Amino acid sequence: MVEPLLSVERVSCRFGGLLAVNAASLSARTAEITALIGPNGAGKTTLFAIISGFLKPTAGRVRYGGQDVTGEAPHRLARRGIVRTFQIVQPFAGLSVRDNILVGAHLRNRTRAGALAIAEDVGREVGLGDILGRPAHALTVAGRKRLELARALATDPRLLLLDEVLAGLNPSEIRDILPVIRALCTRGIAVVMIEHVMQAVMSLAERVFVLAEGRIIAEGTPVEVTTDPAVMEAYLGQGAAAKVRSTDVNQTAP
Amino acid sequence: MKGLLSIAVAVAALAAVPLVVHSNVVFNFLAATLVIALAGQGWNILGGYGGQYSFGHAAFFGTGAFMNAILQVQYDVNAWISFAVGIAAGAIVGAIIGGLAFRAGLRSSYFALVTLAFAEVLRILASIAPITGAGVGLLVKLDLRVQSFQFHSRAAFYFVILALVALALVIARFLERSRFGTWLIAVRENEDAAMALGVDTFAIKLAAMVLSATITAAAGCFYVQYFLFIDSGIAYGTWISIEALLTPIIGGVGSVFGALVGALAVKSLGEGAKLVTGDVPGLDLMIYGAVLILVIRFAPRGIVGAFADTRERVARRFIAGTSVREAIRG
Repeated sequence: MVEPLLSVERVSCRFGGLLAVNAASLSARTAEITALIGPNGAGKTTLFAIISGFLKPTAGRVRYGGQDVTGEAPHRLARRGIVRTFQIVQPFAGLSVRDNILVGAHLRNRTRAGALAIAEDVGREVGLGDILGRPAHALTVAGRKRLELARALATDPRLLLLDEVLAGLNPSEIRDILPVIRALCTRGIAVVMIEHVMQAVMSLAERVFVLAEGRIIAEGTPVEVTTDPAVMEAYLGQGAAAKVRSTDVNQTAP
Repeated sequence: MKGLLSIAVAVAALAAVPLVVHSNVVFNFLAATLVIALAGQGWNILGGYGGQYSFGHAAFFGTGAFMNAILQVQYDVNAWISFAVGIAAGAIVGAIIGGLAFRAGLRSSYFALVTLAFAEVLRILASIAPITGAGVGLLVKLDLRVQSFQFHSRAAFYFVILALVALALVIARFLERSRFGTWLIAVRENEDAAMALGVDTFAIKLAAMVLSATITAAAGCFYVQYFLFIDSGIAYGTWISIEALLTPIIGGVGSVFGALVGALAVKSLGEGAKLVTGDVPGLDLMIYGAVLILVIRFAPRGIVGAFADTRERVARRFIAGTSVREAIRG
């Protein structure tokens, strides 16, 4: 079996007395969508920050494309093809949508003309084609999420880390953006997404990792993890799995 | 290229002044103004485009000025060579201060304070070191020959500083259209986001600092060539740090013409006030303060920005007007 593009091996991250990530392992493959789910405060964003180089892990290592890239600076990792989006969107507020995407497009295009062409293409691809000239601060939440995605995409990544790109969107906006995300893996990008919108996880992800209190407590297909008793307890509290099972039994009983 | 045309027009207009005016008072005023415009344009590269507000650009102005003066006075070096070495020395000081400050991860007000501190340390060192003339300063020998980079006519000096300013304007224009400039602006807007998109923010900020220091150092070198005198208070004094940041902020921060427009506006006001009230010490500073407050309150993008906004508003009203008329007609 081929080695996955990304493998996170027993990574831990400690902030003083708080062990935010505890020996978590995770992997992601090219042209596949992998979801990382878990209750609030589980350490999902911290794990993303470690993979993308914004934080150094206190233990463990990150392998990418067969190389150990643990603790490398974010811009170096971006050059290797690892790009993240931010949960709290970080637009270049004073710039137009086009210039925002241009920043990413310049990573692999030195010339302005080349980078502008890429920016236009990517902008259209994520559905910002009509508002490329608008200032980024004038965008709606949905627009900003798309912009976050477009900028990352313009760098031509091999591994894309999407941190809650669907949060704050209404159902119709989510419906609009799902095909965009699905199209990413047909381009051969390995996508890892942190997501709370389970509907999206169920329909998009091939594999799901569940993080709770810094540990990976389950991994598998979406159906496997949502029926996993440990996952139910992590979300709903201790004893929840037993309760759910008993209601299931009651419902199926004649 | 449309962007270069506006620069050509502005520079041509300024170059035409000696055809009309022959007064040395006017040339002195314009040369002093363009020195500030050049120093301000240096600041504008780092502060305006890069968002790194330095309060210590005197460090570069003064290093350029002193290196130029020291080589000529103490070592009898040719003025053209010492001018070039002065610029290079400013760039090196920029690399050192930038390297230390950015490596330490200093941002916003911490960065401003550290640059201020560096400039002050240099001022104090220059005021006690014998090589800089200590408290007395250095007088460059009057030698009105081209090979000494001195000219009989004030107009010739004026053309030299105008050429330097023109070059700085072109640099800013190219910056706006280059990958380096795009990344520098990205750093100003959001450093973390820039980093995530593959921008080496340390290298970008350092390069901007060096370019910025180079331009401001050129202003210092010219100052010595023009006034033939420098001391620690002029070279490394806070006055130049303040004027270098004030002019682009008033003129239009992060715009090609910001520093030039700001310098012309501020210096005209200062001189105008002096004509009216006589030479009251500190009056020009009070005027700068008042103008700064007004600009920040009413035109945060400076004079250039306010002008662009007005033009846009007029254009929009015109378009709206025509469409209403068409609607009525239709």
